[in-house]
Parts: sequence; C-alpha cells; structure tokens
Amino acid sequence: MTTLVIAEHDNVSLKGSTANTVTAAIQCGGDVHVLVAGSNCGAAAQAAAQLAGVAKVLVADAAYFADGLAENSAAQVVSIAAGYSHILAPATAYGKNISPRVAAILDVAQISEITKVISADTFERPIYAGNAIATVQSSDATKVITVRTTGFDAAATGGSAAVENIAVVADSGKSVFVSREVAKSDRPELTAAKIIVSGGRGMGSGENFKLLEPLADRLSAAMGASRAAVDAGYVPNDWQVGQTGKIVAPSLYIAIGISGAIQHLAGMKDSKTIVAINKDPEAPIFSVADYGIVGDLFEIVPALIKELG
Amino acid sequence: MKILVPVKRVVDYNVKVRVKSDQSGMDIANVKMSMNPFDEIAIEEAVRLKEAGVATEIIAVSCGVAQCQETLRTAMAIGADRGYLVETDAELQPLAVAKLLKALADKEQPSLIILGKQAIDDDSNQTGQMLAAMLGWPQATFASKVVVADGKVSVTREVDGGLEILSLTLPAIITTDLRLNEPRYVTLPNIMKAKKKQLDNVKPADLGVDVAPRVKTIKVVEPAQRSAGIIVPDVATLVAKLKTEAKVI
Repeated sequence: MTTLVIAEHDNVSLKGSTANTVTAAIQCGGDVHVLVAGSNCGAAAQAAAQLAGVAKVLVADAAYFADGLAENSAAQVVSIAAGYSHILAPATAYGKNISPRVAAILDVAQISEITKVISADTFERPIYAGNAIATVQSSDATKVITVRTTGFDAAATGGSAAVENIAVVADSGKSVFVSREVAKSDRPELTAAKIIVSGGRGMGSGENFKLLEPLADRLSAAMGASRAAVDAGYVPNDWQVGQTGKIVAPSLYIAIGISGAIQHLAGMKDSKTIVAINKDPEAPIFSVADYGIVGDLFEIVPALIKELG
Repeated sequence: MKILVPVKRVVDYNVKVRVKSDQSGMDIANVKMSMNPFDEIAIEEAVRLKEAGVATEIIAVSCGVAQCQETLRTAMAIGADRGYLVETDAELQPLAVAKLLKALADKEQPSLIILGKQAIDDDSNQTGQMLAAMLGWPQATFASKVVVADGKVSVTREVDGGLEILSLTLPAIITTDLRLNEPRYVTLPNIMKAKKKQLDNVKPADLGVDVAPRVKTIKVVEPAQRSAGIIVPDVATLVAKLKTEAKVI
C-alpha cells in the first residue's frame, strides 16, 4: 500500500498545503510518495524531500507543467497511478482543479475535503457547509482524495527522501496559460497565517479596512473578510473566508464587524481562539467567539492597537 | 454554438438543515428546494452569451428525481431553450452524474458546458472536472469572467492568492464561481413561457450508464459545537486574556 501526494508548488517553493496533505497520507498507512510536476522545479522537489515521512519524491519536469494546468497535471498523475492505493491532493484551488480529473480517468469516486482519516478506506468530511460531518467509506480500488488542510497538521521537516526524475506525458495542447494576477502583499498568506484579522460589512467601506492594517501589522497577521464585505466591493475576492472562500484555522482569528453568517462560520470555526468585535450583542459571531467585545469597532480597534503597543 | 448547462436541485440555501436523529443523513423532508446557486450563475452566463450573439441554443440538464423538472423549468425561465431530465430515484454521486452528462454531451455535441463549481449540499466540487476528463476537453474552473472568440474561450479564474487567465480550445468546460455574474430575477411571463418549452425525459439505462454509488455514507453527525466564550468589558482585559489565558499573542 503506497500513497501518492500531488504536490502544490510554484516551482521554486512548496506550498504549505502539501505538508498538511502529507500528514493525511501518512495516516492512510503505507509509504508516501510525492509527485512534483513542474518546470525547473528542483527547489520545490528538494523541499518535498525534506518532509518527514516521505519515502520518495517523483519529479516530472517539462515547460508545460510550469503553471499547473489541470489537463497536463492530471494526465501525469494517471500515468503513474497504477502503483498507488491512495492519491491525495490538497483541497485548494490547485488540488480541486486536478484531482477529479484523475478520479474520472481512473473511473473511481473522489472523496472531497476529508478532515479525518478513520481507516485506509473510511474518512470524515464536512457537508452542507460544515453543518454536518459525514463518515464515508470508499469501495474503489484507488482512493482519490482531496484533503482539507486545516484538518491536518503540517508534516515536520527533517526528512531526506530520494528524488527521482520520471518520464513525462505529452502536452495536451488544449489549454494555454495566459497570465496571472497575484495580489502582492508582505503579509502571510491567508490559509497559512497564524493570526488573521478579518473585517465584515460593519467596516462600512473599503477605505475603512485601512484601520485594520496597523493591527494586522502589529500581530504579523493576514487580512481576511466576510463574503458580505467582498460582495460590497470593500476588498478583493481572495480575502474571502467562508464556505465558498477560504477555509482557515489560525491560532487567533479576530472577526471585526462580522455578524457571523453560517457560510462565514463554516470557513473559520476551527480556529483555535476566536475574538469578535461587533456592536450588535445578538450577532451570531459571539456564539462561536472565545472572547467578545460589544461596541463600536471604530473606537475599539484603535484602542486595541494602542493596548498592544 | 450550443451550450449545455447542468443544474442540480438542492435544499434552498436559506434553509438550515438538520442531521437525522438516526444519523443516516440529513432531514430534508418538506424543506424548500431550489436550484443550486452556482448553477443559476451558470445558466445566467449561458443566457448572456446567447444574448450577445455568441450562443445559439441553451440546453439545461438535471439528473435526479421527478421534481427536478421544477429546477429545469426555472432554468428555462431564466432563458434555457429546452431541457433534459435524467430521471432516477437512485442516489447519484458526482462520478455517475459526470457519466450521464457525458452521454448527453456525446449526443448533443455542445461547444461549451457551463456548470456550477460545487453544489451546496454535498460540497463535492467534482462534476465539471470529471466531465472534462471523460470528454477529453480542457477545463477552466472557478470562473469569474468568460470571453468567447475565434474558437477559443478566455476564462479568468479565481485561484488562491489572485486571478489567473487561461485560454481554452473549444469545446470546453467552465465551472462558475460566485462573482461571474448576478443571475436575473425570473419574471412571471418567462415562467409561463418556460412551461411550454421542450423537456425530454430519459433514464440512466437509456444512456447506458451504471449509476451505482462508489462511496457509502456510514453516518452523518452534527459537528462538534464550539461553546460561546465570554464578553470582555474592554481591550485591556482582551489583551490580557489573549496573552495569559489563550496564549496566542
């Protein structure tokens, strides 16, 4: 029994989601191999080799793997799938794009966004926006799975797996990467941050989000938002925390001017400590918060920054 | 060109569903059902492409129980020209749905299939990608902008950390994200018109598809509830608690 992990990376570095996925792979039992399909992706492969618990890193290096196109990445996974009992990918935009293609070609089901490994064929996964947890058992020969990264700790480093180049599949030629607009920020990435400062509709405007910046700076936090704030155009789409946005579980989540709609709670309720600042004492966010302050955020946030020094 | 749009009947997004006491699933008896919101966005996008003169015909498909007809009529009221109901009472999982849709795509030969990125009941996020792989077509998931020109479709995708633009050779698969468009309200005259549109009923067996589930649900339970904490009077208390009690700063 061997598990293959599809690495998420940008050729030069390995994304943190890969380390969480390796932990889930270890729990499936058996050896763990990691596939790094990329272009000049030696550095990412080396990073994968250093994850504790990884027995082997397979490198598929070709120019047309540079941008993680699903058609090519999935074909590469399928080309080596025969040797594996489990194929795992992180349940990120990257992994969700590739993994179902692999499952379909292998004619097996995919089990999406697992949060727990019960046994080699049985897993837990949230459904209905996290309002229920289903325990599901797969009868397929190969288990194709995406892993909710917040459900598993990141694998430690300190490993020294063998790195092996493998034969690459041909370019599908049907999709072409045109461009990427990555929001530039000195802050940590939302899904990897230890602390998140998040604003909601109560912020009132995009301009007012600037008020949160010194707080995020002081705490070295990432900045997030509720869907209401994103839909109102206050902040970019990729700030959205929630069922249809990013699922996060930092050690500290500070919700400011966020009422706490179900779809938002689905994205952050696994945070270790939750702080809520809201003027409405009845706001649902207080039902999940460890510490709440009822009051005007435009007074509380500056006071909080001052108190932190 | 023809566009195929699959639509799923799901529990309305405003309904708070509960787990059945015997843990066999969710209690969805007598709750309001609606079209999956992402699928509504998919239909709207297809209709806009038709209004822009890019598409000529929109075919909606729904797989499931007889009541999925209502979902199809809604799709037609938004602007789909005709529909297929792939009728079955069996539990349908994404792999089976993708196979049913592939059979219809083989028959109808659309240039574009637009699907919602995920359904809000099982949150699988699989069907579009699976269908693309089965058809051997390129895909652009999580779309926030779609432009069709010269046998290609340029799609802006919402990915972690920003946006990405792909160019796909048609035929292709697109899955919708929330911000692709805002679906129009369905008007009464359009609801009346939709009732007269063609709706074909087929069975999975007619399409030669085995829909047997591959994944068994053993139990469904409520998630562990987070208990509410305390309201603190001021920021000084908050900071002190975060430092000494929660030890997170």
